[in-house]
This record gives sequence, structure tokens and C-alpha cells, in this order.
Amino acid sequence: MNGIGVSPGISIGKACIIQKNKGALTGILLENEDSIEQEMEKYKHAVGISIEEVKAIISQAESMEGVEILEAQVEMLSDPQIESDVFTKIRVDKKNANDALIEVVHTLVQLFLNMNDEYLSARAADVQDIGNRILNNLNTSYKATLQPFEANTIIIAEDLTPSDTITLDIKNVIGFVTQAGGKTSHAAIIAKSRGIPAVAGCGIALNDIKDNDVILMDGQTGLVLLHPSQHSIDEYGKKRAAFIEKANLLKALKDIPTVTTDGSEIKLLANISGADDMEYVFENGGEGVGLLRTELLFMGRDSFPTEDEQFEFYRNIALRSKSKPVTIRTIDIGGDKQLPYFGLPVEQNPFLGYRAIRICLDRKDIFSAQLKAILRASAFGKLKIMFPMISNIQEVRAAKEAVASAKASLRTQGLAFDEHIPVGIMIEVPSAAITSDLLAREVDFFSIGTNDLIQYTLAVDRMNEKIKELYDPFNPGVLRLIKYVIEQANLAGIPVSMCGEMASDPAATLLLIGMGLDEFSMNPGSIPLVKNTIVHSSRSKAVIVCTHVMELDNAQQITAYLQEVNK
Amino acid sequence: MISKDYVIMAPEGIHARPATALVRLSKQFQSAIYLKRGDTTVRLNSLLNILAMNAKGGETLSVLVEGPDEDSAASAVDLFFTEQLKDL
Repeated sequence: MNGIGVSPGISIGKACIIQKNKGALTGILLENEDSIEQEMEKYKHAVGISIEEVKAIISQAESMEGVEILEAQVEMLSDPQIESDVFTKIRVDKKNANDALIEVVHTLVQLFLNMNDEYLSARAADVQDIGNRILNNLNTSYKATLQPFEANTIIIAEDLTPSDTITLDIKNVIGFVTQAGGKTSHAAIIAKSRGIPAVAGCGIALNDIKDNDVILMDGQTGLVLLHPSQHSIDEYGKKRAAFIEKANLLKALKDIPTVTTDGSEIKLLANISGADDMEYVFENGGEGVGLLRTELLFMGRDSFPTEDEQFEFYRNIALRSKSKPVTIRTIDIGGDKQLPYFGLPVEQNPFLGYRAIRICLDRKDIFSAQLKAILRASAFGKLKIMFPMISNIQEVRAAKEAVASAKASLRTQGLAFDEHIPVGIMIEVPSAAITSDLLAREVDFFSIGTNDLIQYTLAVDRMNEKIKELYDPFNPGVLRLIKYVIEQANLAGIPVSMCGEMASDPAATLLLIGMGLDEFSMNPGSIPLVKNTIVHSSRSKAVIVCTHVMELDNAQQITAYLQEVNK
Repeated sequence: MISKDYVIMAPEGIHARPATALVRLSKQFQSAIYLKRGDTTVRLNSLLNILAMNAKGGETLSVLVEGPDEDSAASAVDLFFTEQLKDL
């Protein structure tokens, strides 16, 4: 069976099913004013005890994780809206406190479930949880009991409430599998913070599982196997070992600064395509975004996105960036990236053709909408603008003029933006690399795009299988160009980073630091490995490695040498 | 009565944590504090009503404060939306 993987990791263990009895309606109608008053008093009393109980759980909580959820529950328990709804049912409909509460909680739960918002749907669990607690204190026949668990227990439940996940003795629990819930449900949040694999949303298929059944679960893919074969157990055992090794590395590295053994600080940034990637960036220890590709925004639709639509997209990212820098690359279509609604003619050499900044400078309407949208979003975070495919200084000047006129138009509209937003360029065309001394005077930063720089420098189509051997980042010609760009940026005193594949290759890390690079941007998942290399090396070693590599005359020797020093 | 508009500077909007802080803030004052988003107005004493508003990051909300200590209540709300919210 399959669910949603909500907390990664693999576990194989014994099932333990947690079942709760739902409170039942009594159907009793109150007959007189006295009993109405009594039921209202009874309700207030039960709420009072419930608040004390939750406060007691908070004071005993071992970690802060989950406490905020309980703090919110204290406020929900004393929410005047619930009380007045319950009292109306008691006074007007003559229901007893038990029935009134069940109905009010049911309505609220449905309200939150129907909000069409993942986060708010998950709050339905909070409402149910406080409802159950009050009910429990109203009526002794309702009990939610939880037993201590044996070693290697995988908990199977309809859903876990926030107070369950905090009060459960989970020392022996190695996994959660729930029928309901999703990525933002409490079970997911708690499981993730404790590093316990969890799968949610499995549906009624879980009914087939009985206590003590052997279960194999994968919290990444959402797979749940009942009575797994020996073959599956062996296969997943290996995956589990690999996962644990990587998780340990991540954990060990996540909160330590990226500094070499001799004290040089290196900045590790991420390449992303949308706001949803932000979480992954921080999880892996990224300190911001070195490349936000904007192509996703333009693809998969049938017309250009409007300025407002783009603004939403950029602002969303700015808001999630925790005030860390985010470099936004302006539209990079053309070449291998085509848009169905923007009829670009078929070209003999698309990579040498009408693409990226060349389109933008030609189609000012497209460019200006994007620039204005980015500028408006810059009021919400530390954004930077970066132009791709720059091949000469006139393009830089024209693009900067476009930024200036976008700013002027926002000023007349009275819209807020960052007046000092940094503007930089990608260095991915050899002419730009060779004239980087000149370009450095015009811009606030460089970012080296190795994928295109390598293919243009070596005249190798990286999509052509026949010649792919020639596409080599360690070709001395490529290395000399990269080194020159880094040196020119450092001389001019502007930051330089690298956002191509090469930045994520741990074999190249030392060499690049030796060249003077101190910002790397890569796929978030690659950050831990590169960070691991950096914190175990020194800049002085990096300089020696670089000097030696620059003396070697071919890529094979360079690769072999780098493998040797990185051992 | 004091009223002022704020842009929500928290990516997740007014979620459980900021909503809890808001309810607690409002309890410190005698004045009634209301949040208004579009046609919906809720009083700040109900966490569930605030959550059900489903106010997202980047949206604009109006705050209305009315009562004997409305000046100090309004400045506490101001501090909340301009400074504290983004760290919650």
C-alpha cells in the first residue's frame, strides 16, 4: 500500500495499532432551567481541567517542538467562540454538554477540513484534540488510552493528535503510519523533528494490518509493505544504512559554519526553481539562493505570465527566504528551452542564437514586466538581479538602463522596492570571461555559469553523445578562464560565485577555493558533501592544489591528482 | 476608534503561532481589537476565528481598535505587525 512520505527514513518493525473510541451522542434533551445551568457549569469545569492538563503537558515537554501547538490549544480551549456555540446548543436546543460539544467540534472540524488549505486542514486535528480532551473531562466513559511500546514498534493509527505525539512514550517507536493526515499534520512535524520515519494518508488499506504484523515502511516514498519478503528486507536494509549515513553527515554539518580549518569563510548557496524548494535549502544548510531560475514561471502555460503573477511568485520566495540573499536570474529561454506560446523560429544553432538576454533586450515589454515584478518583490527580502548570456559590455549597460527605467516607473506608481538592489551578470560566454576586468566595473557581482562556459569554450555540444568525452570541466583552458574571472572580480572587489554543475562537485571544491572563489551555488542536496570537504581542508592547502593543477597540461592528469588530494 | 492597515510580513500568514500571540496580546487590553480582511471581521479574542480567516503572507489586513486604552493597544498591535510577526 502507498501513502504520502512525510518524514524520510526506512524502518522495519512490528505494528502496534492505536485505536480510539469516538465520543457518542446521548440524544438526551434537558427538561428545565436548572439542568441547563448545571450542564453549562459542567462544561466550564471540564474546560478548566482541560486547560490545566495541557499546561501540565507543556511544563513537562522535553523539547520545544510541539509546545507551540499546545500553546495554541490552550487558547482554543478558552476560545469564546466555542463556548458561546456550546452554550447556545445547551440553552436553545436543550442539548446536554456532551452532545452540544460533539456537534460544535464536528462543525468546526468540517469547517477547517473544507478550507482547501493544507495547513488549515491539519488544524482540524487540533480542534478534534481539544474537543476529545474536554469530552474526556465531561464524561468518564470516554477514555483515550495509550500503552507503553515494545522495542521496534511502528505505530498504526487513524491519525495522531498533537497531545498524543507529545505525550506518547516514543523511545521505542521507529515509525508512524497513519490513515489520514499529510505533510503538515502533527504526526509528520513531530516525526520529522525526532527523525522518525512517517507515512501519512494511507487510507483504509491500513485496516488490513493487525497488531504485531511485520511492516516495512519508507518515509521518503510513502511505501508501506505488510509482511515484506526477505528480498525486500535485504534491499531496504541497505537503503536504510545509506540513509542513516547521509542523515548523520547532514546533522553533524547543518549548524556548523562553513569555514576551512585555517579560518576562511565560504558561502554555500542553492540553485532553486520555486518557493517550495526554500525549505530544502535551509534543511541542507544553504545560506541563501545563488540562482533562482525563473523558467518554471514561464513554462507549462499558454501565455506570458503578467507582472502581477510574476510578482506573486518572487514575493513568495522573498517571504520564505528568512532575510537571506536570493539571486534571481532573468528569463533564460531559447537554446534548449522553448515556450509554445512564444514562437521562436527554428535555428541552426540555438545555443548560439536568439536566447536569454538577447531576447530581453529585443522584447522590452517582456523584460520590463519581469524587472518590475522582481523590483516590487525586493521590498520583501534581499533580492538580487542577474542577467544570463552576457557577451559584451553594451548588453550590460542596456540591461541596467532597463532596470533604471523599471525603477522610475515604479516610483511614479508609488510602489515600494529596494533602491539598492544589486545587479550582476552570469559569466558563461568566453568573451565575457576574457573581458571580466572590464565588466567588473559595471556590475555588483559575477556568477560563473560553468555548464555553458564549458560548452562554449570547448566548442562541445553537451547534448551530443558522440563527443561528450570532450566536455570536461577540468580542461586546462576552462580552468584558466575560470581562474581569470575569479581573480578579476577579487581585484575589482566584487563578489563572485559559481552556479554551474562544477560548484557541486566535491572534487573541484579545493581547486576553486585555491583560485579565490568563496561563494558556491548548487542543488540543495549537494551542499552537505561540499561542506564536508570544506570544513576538513585549509585554504593554504587549496592554494597549493591550485598552483599544482595550473601546471598540469591535461584533464586526465588533473582529475587523477584531484582525486588523490581529496582522499 | 483607531484603524490601520498592515501587510502580513510572514510567509506562512497568520498561522497558529502568530494567532496565539495575537490573542494573548489582545487579552492585555480592555479595548476590543478586530481584524478585518475583505468582508470578514473577527475579534482578536478567538483563536479559531483568526485561523479561519486564513490570512496569507503578503496580504493586507485592517486592524480596528476601540476602547479606553486604544492608544496603547494600537501601538502594541503596530509593534506586532511591523516587528514581531516576521520572527514568529
